[in-house]
Amino acid sequence: MNNEAVIQTGAAALHVAGDHGEAHHHKQSFITKYIFSQDHKTIGKQFLITGIIWACIGGFMSVLFRLQLGFPDTSFPWLSTVIGHWAKNGHITPEAFYSLTTIHGTVMIFFVLTGGLSGTFANFLIPLQIGARDMASPLMNMLSYWFFFTASVIMLSSFFVQTGPFAGGWTAYPPLSALGDASPGSKTGMDLWLASLILFVVSQLLAGLNYISTVLNMRTKGMSMMRMPLSTWGVFLQAILGVLSFPVLFSGFILLIFDRHFGTSFFLSDIYINGVGALPHEGGNAILYQHLFWFLGHPEVYIVILPAMGIASEVMSTNGRKPIFGYSAMVMSMFAIVVLAFLVWAHHMFVTGMNPFLGSIFVLLTLLIAVPSAIKVFNWLTTLWKGNLRFTPGMLFAIGFVSVFISGGLTGIYMGNSAIDIHIHDTYFIIAHFHLVMGVAAFFGMFCGVYHWFPKMYGRHMNNTLGYIHFWITLVGAYLIFWPMHYEGLAGMPRRYYDYSTWESFKQFGELNKFISICVIITFAAQFLFLFNFFHSIFKGRKMTVKNPWKSNALEWTTPIKVGHGNWPGEIPEVHRWPYDYSKDGHDFIPQTVPVGEEDNPAYTSAAFTGIKVEEEQKRGVKA
Amino acid sequence: MTTVSVLENKGKLHPHKFLLWVGMASIVMMFAGLTSAYVVKRTFSNWMEFGLPSIFWVSTVVILVSSLTMHLALKNFKAHERKKYKNLITVTMILGLLFAALQLYGFTQLHERGIQIFGIGSNASASFLGIIVGLHALHVLGGIIALMIIFFRAYGTKVKRYDKTPIEIVAIYWHFVDILWIYLFLFFSFM
Repeated sequence: MNNEAVIQTGAAALHVAGDHGEAHHHKQSFITKYIFSQDHKTIGKQFLITGIIWACIGGFMSVLFRLQLGFPDTSFPWLSTVIGHWAKNGHITPEAFYSLTTIHGTVMIFFVLTGGLSGTFANFLIPLQIGARDMASPLMNMLSYWFFFTASVIMLSSFFVQTGPFAGGWTAYPPLSALGDASPGSKTGMDLWLASLILFVVSQLLAGLNYISTVLNMRTKGMSMMRMPLSTWGVFLQAILGVLSFPVLFSGFILLIFDRHFGTSFFLSDIYINGVGALPHEGGNAILYQHLFWFLGHPEVYIVILPAMGIASEVMSTNGRKPIFGYSAMVMSMFAIVVLAFLVWAHHMFVTGMNPFLGSIFVLLTLLIAVPSAIKVFNWLTTLWKGNLRFTPGMLFAIGFVSVFISGGLTGIYMGNSAIDIHIHDTYFIIAHFHLVMGVAAFFGMFCGVYHWFPKMYGRHMNNTLGYIHFWITLVGAYLIFWPMHYEGLAGMPRRYYDYSTWESFKQFGELNKFISICVIITFAAQFLFLFNFFHSIFKGRKMTVKNPWKSNALEWTTPIKVGHGNWPGEIPEVHRWPYDYSKDGHDFIPQTVPVGEEDNPAYTSAAFTGIKVEEEQKRGVKA
Repeated sequence: MTTVSVLENKGKLHPHKFLLWVGMASIVMMFAGLTSAYVVKRTFSNWMEFGLPSIFWVSTVVILVSSLTMHLALKNFKAHERKKYKNLITVTMILGLLFAALQLYGFTQLHERGIQIFGIGSNASASFLGIIVGLHALHVLGGIIALMIIFFRAYGTKVKRYDKTPIEIVAIYWHFVDILWIYLFLFFSFM
């Protein structure tokens, strides 16, 4: 059976696979299996590993610019050997500093926390958790990864351009982004940045279309929407957000390209440039770009956080051995977040001279988001309450996720007020807020997912001890890095400055900045524990001996230890209940495949580990 | 296999068709973004008002007729009238190409009236028209490529296919770009 047959819709493929028995072991060459694979699981892993590589690059960039911020007076002669002409006399040049902050933001938000997080878990989990052979269109799914990969290569290539990569901030506001002569990175660097992100948008659209239609169309028998694990809900809702908001960013980018190369005046006005004179453009307006950008830019933070919320919920309930508290409230609040996400973009623009009345509407809508967020936090805490907690590394990261989500989220209520925002806009307060609430939180969601589903991905376990050390250093490190930034921001310290030591008002933070930078280096170094653990465990980790090591109810653990393309060797199991029946009626856990009233039926007792009836299993001779 | 899939999928939308619907929602958002940007931009100073090229009326009729022929093509395919079906998709394709050509001609008309779309001296109102109409035309061209594929399938294969899903998908998309144009035409006429 070839891939085309697998892409036939759920039911048809199900019967074909059933007829052929071991049909999922179709012949594959190395290239179709590992490189141009159409298997959703392989594509998920490709997204994950590409995301990890980008996280290393993006993280290393933050180490470099934190060196400058923490030690503005110290010379590091080795910098020139590492980053070449980006450093002079042992200091990062100002141009390189701006490039580093810009690319750090772009890469982390788009490539790591969007591509790497939702790309990994949506691809890997959706078909496994809803009981499907693959995505609605595996071909589009493969294309989405390769668009992402090409976008990555183009972004990477912009590092090696003579004038350096784009340096106008990840938001790419005009005129720095629209005017080729505005800064060194604005010419070729910006062209490559735009090309890369346009390909990235295409990749996200292809992926999102697939996630949505797979979830809505290809669920197995009995898997109603309200029986889906919250992890699937999270990636499903983020896909809806992405599919509706990325096109708007795309249209903004098209206008930007025309302003840059075809002499239009959407965003550019008749700016006067020294030596050139006034630009021939008339009546362009940079605020227009900001509207188009933030119409995506705000939903983007939920695109990043929704998968993490879903993953944390699933892992928390499984390892808390308790049903998730308020399942439908969880789904509804995620849905409310999706709706509200489209109505709050202008809170990024309070200082653009917006009509205060309009501003107050956006304040109201912004503060409304606190309601579903608080419902979710309440439900996570009540899920943990009096649970029989198993502190696996995945569980710790889930709890850590809730912690940073609370600490980062609360400050959002401050800056959502336009009056306060005018004071703290573009200060370190903002940096602290969004790094905690969507940066670190989403990273924690990602770590949580990787530790939890690693056995399903590679058939081996990661090392727990390394996982614990990794967790504690990362959690404490994240707080030590970002907590002090709140104080700096409240004192008015602006973001995106190269050197604060020359400012009388910010000199007092010299030692604090040094402290933050040291914490950054230690926390970054701790991530190598994870890297080592991850790659070492793929080949040398403890082998999985049971199908369902976490004793989870969800459908993905009913697949064999080594999962082929097509996911289930026989029929796709039927689902009879929601995935959170933990510690119910004297049973530690009742998988989704056990019919109601059959909890004690010996035919299903080993179903916990197999997902199919014992007799059938013996007939097939499959080892549990 | 087909019978099984029909039985099992009874009452459910074909996943590829559903993919198209979500994709169309996505395309709508792109044009919604662009037309909202147009609305926002026209409140700023320096906005040039000008009439649409008259040829756009003709292209509107052309694309409406092509929607009709597409509809008839699908109907004939379902009725197994292969000859009529082949002729009708050919006509649809030609009408689509004619539409794109007329749109292009519209811009030469504007150029003759001294309205510049790109480059120095262009006004954002004309640039918006150029980009939005151009992007729409690209979507029409995408539809023509899809039509070409089913066209070659209709002529090229010895085995007769009776799976109507691919043709239905192309038809839905074709009506979609038609409706999208009607929206854009009304938008530019009355905004």
